[in-house]
Amino acid sequence: MIEVDELTKRYGSQTAVDGVSFRCEPGTVTGFLGPNGAGKSTTLRMISGLTTPTSGTAKVLGTAFQRLPNPGRQVGVLLDASAQHSGRTGREVLRISAEVLGVDRRRVPELLERVGLPPDAARKRVGNYSLGMRQRLGIAQALIGDPSVLILDEPANGLDPEGIVWMRGLLRDFADRAGTVLLSSHLLHEIEAVADNLVVIGDGRIVAQGGKAELLATTGTVVRAPDPDALYDGLAAAGLSPLLNADGTLHVDASPDEVGRVAAGLGITLLELRAADGGGLEQLFLTLTSTEAPA
Amino acid sequence: MLAISAHSLIKDFGRLRAVDDVSFEVEPGRVVGLLGPNGSGKTTLLRMLLGLVAPSGGQALIGGRRFADLDHPARQVGAVLEAGSLHPGRTARDHLRVLATEARVSYPRVDEVLELVGLTEAADRRAGTFSLGMGQRLSLAASLLGDPGVILLDEPTNGLDPAGIRWLRVLLRGLAAEGRAVVVSSHVLAEVEQTVDEVLILDRGRLLAHRPLSELDSLEETFLDLTDKKEHDACLP
Amino acid sequence: MTAIAHPAPFARPSLPRLVRVELRKMTDTRAGVWLLSLIAIAGVTAVGVTLVAGTESDQTLDGLFGICGIAVALLLPVVGLLCVTGEWTQRTALTTFTLVPARGRVVAAKLLAGCGLALTALLVCLVAGVAGNLIAGGSWSLDLARLYGAALYMLIVMVAGLSVGLLLMRSAPAIVTYFVLPAAIGALTQTVHSLRGPAEWFDLGRATAPLGAGEMVAGDWPRLAVATAIWIGVPLALGLLRLRNRELS
Repeated sequence: MIEVDELTKRYGSQTAVDGVSFRCEPGTVTGFLGPNGAGKSTTLRMISGLTTPTSGTAKVLGTAFQRLPNPGRQVGVLLDASAQHSGRTGREVLRISAEVLGVDRRRVPELLERVGLPPDAARKRVGNYSLGMRQRLGIAQALIGDPSVLILDEPANGLDPEGIVWMRGLLRDFADRAGTVLLSSHLLHEIEAVADNLVVIGDGRIVAQGGKAELLATTGTVVRAPDPDALYDGLAAAGLSPLLNADGTLHVDASPDEVGRVAAGLGITLLELRAADGGGLEQLFLTLTSTEAPA
Repeated sequence: MLAISAHSLIKDFGRLRAVDDVSFEVEPGRVVGLLGPNGSGKTTLLRMLLGLVAPSGGQALIGGRRFADLDHPARQVGAVLEAGSLHPGRTARDHLRVLATEARVSYPRVDEVLELVGLTEAADRRAGTFSLGMGQRLSLAASLLGDPGVILLDEPTNGLDPAGIRWLRVLLRGLAAEGRAVVVSSHVLAEVEQTVDEVLILDRGRLLAHRPLSELDSLEETFLDLTDKKEHDACLP
Repeated sequence: MTAIAHPAPFARPSLPRLVRVELRKMTDTRAGVWLLSLIAIAGVTAVGVTLVAGTESDQTLDGLFGICGIAVALLLPVVGLLCVTGEWTQRTALTTFTLVPARGRVVAAKLLAGCGLALTALLVCLVAGVAGNLIAGGSWSLDLARLYGAALYMLIVMVAGLSVGLLLMRSAPAIVTYFVLPAAIGALTQTVHSLRGPAEWFDLGRATAPLGAGEMVAGDWPRLAVATAIWIGVPLALGLLRLRNRELS
């Protein structure tokens, strides 16, 4: 259980996180999405007690993270897999965590095996690890205390396809056993496959949240024209925000009626005009968070 | 004219055979996904195509010639291999100008590629202030300076947010539509599925499959079936 | 792996446990092993050189122990310093303070671990002195005042290293400050006559000198107290304050 209430973080005159509120119930996976720089990492750090909020509260299992006597036994955190001493071996990293948490060190080799770091890899120093190996070690660290809550930032980063599938299974399994997962990722397809609920943040504020199914049932229109640029410009000028798809069609967050009328008014012929079938998480995300400048 | 081809390509590092008798051909105008588990030889393969690593056997050819034999490499192949290796003190524009001079490409082209990757506004900022995503865009711009017919990318979506991922997808498809051959190596199968026309699947140095995407029901399932470690071990003599 | 629906009452890690972990962290990395080896080599070399080229009065238990102690005390504080700054330079702070959010406790554990290491080092120097004296065949008398003075000295320099590390939070500036600043102050006070008197109060080197020689007199203790307050108390307090509010990423 994670409860975030009006969480705010200001740096001087800049507001990185602005009144963010949401809950993550046990037994669910919550996908936390947002463009780069939207305040995702800052929010996660505040929930994990690494950054002090300017105002608002964040509670995990009913208490602020810093007040948990032995947080690792209840909350597993993976925010930055590269934050490890390069001169330490993978096995040693996990042993230290086990020691701090008071977990039997015999759990270490079996956990390393489970995350895909066999003995010869575990014996290597972290400085020699690939991105994927560091990620796996980070996940092991989050799991070593046998927590009931997981807070993960880009856990699939650097993993190969088999690892990505494994992660998916791990998270679903975790939630199915009444665990709580808060997971931030740019891999929207993965989020779509594993999350129950979504929280979308843009410019420090929540722009959408709720059950995945309901959010994805939103509509919009898919339209195609011989001259996509003219259509794009025309729709944009009419105040509708079109998105260019990879296949040359445009997705517009408006009814087919509206789009048809605008096109007709501009004398633009259309080759295709239909209601978008949900369009998937990517469409939803980009519509909610469309920014002008590249991040 | 084949854009990219490999003929019985082999690479040994000591006793380890990283690339094992790989042959394939890529036509212009196609986006090809190069897939494989960690350690499958993908990166070594790309490096051989770029002449960074000499094959132990066989050939890796761009437009029918080895990289070392190309008249004007920058005009024929561009690559985005690792994020980073950008001088932090240099502005984006200066970085590209240095490369343009080396490749004997004219300066106006620098502005063109900056526009292409959407960095025109940030062109005079120091590369050290760039986010990972912007750095990727800059690397991509650099690879396009020579207007090459072949573009090779290794995990280009690393660090990009969804908008950036989509932008890249559209760009790559656009480059292929212009008649270039684009090879993308990636672990993110869902993204590959939305971008490529065909896939090359490697595992432990061997080419397991070269298929058009349209022939596959689920890229993920096909990939996992082919690279299933248990089965693979069972096949070893 | 079972997920627990209700939080069970997990006790916080005890301070002895945290101290054990800190000691472990000082020795389980390649850099850590190198540094400790270097210190050991320095100590042994000092004893060796004395056995070969020292005077008769040096080639006693007291003398050899003393020389070994001097050599070790030179670099030992770096272990304490890096124990703190390494969390930032190596970015392990994220892990450390996620596992133990009570940052003050972590610092206390590092201080205690450092002190434990310092006293162990002292014992090792004593052993080296014994070994050396077996070879040299010199006097076996050990000045107890010197022994206790040496122990206190080791503790002071170790904690000073840790404190400077905590204040500056980055390895390179901390190391420079720890070694160069005192030397610079020492040089300054030597040349500027009017500063010589006051220097005995704020130059830690001067204030601790009688300790190592076992010659502390009544008037030396207040000076030692002030110097340690400046070089340990202040950085420690400021460093802890900084740490409490610092963002970790």
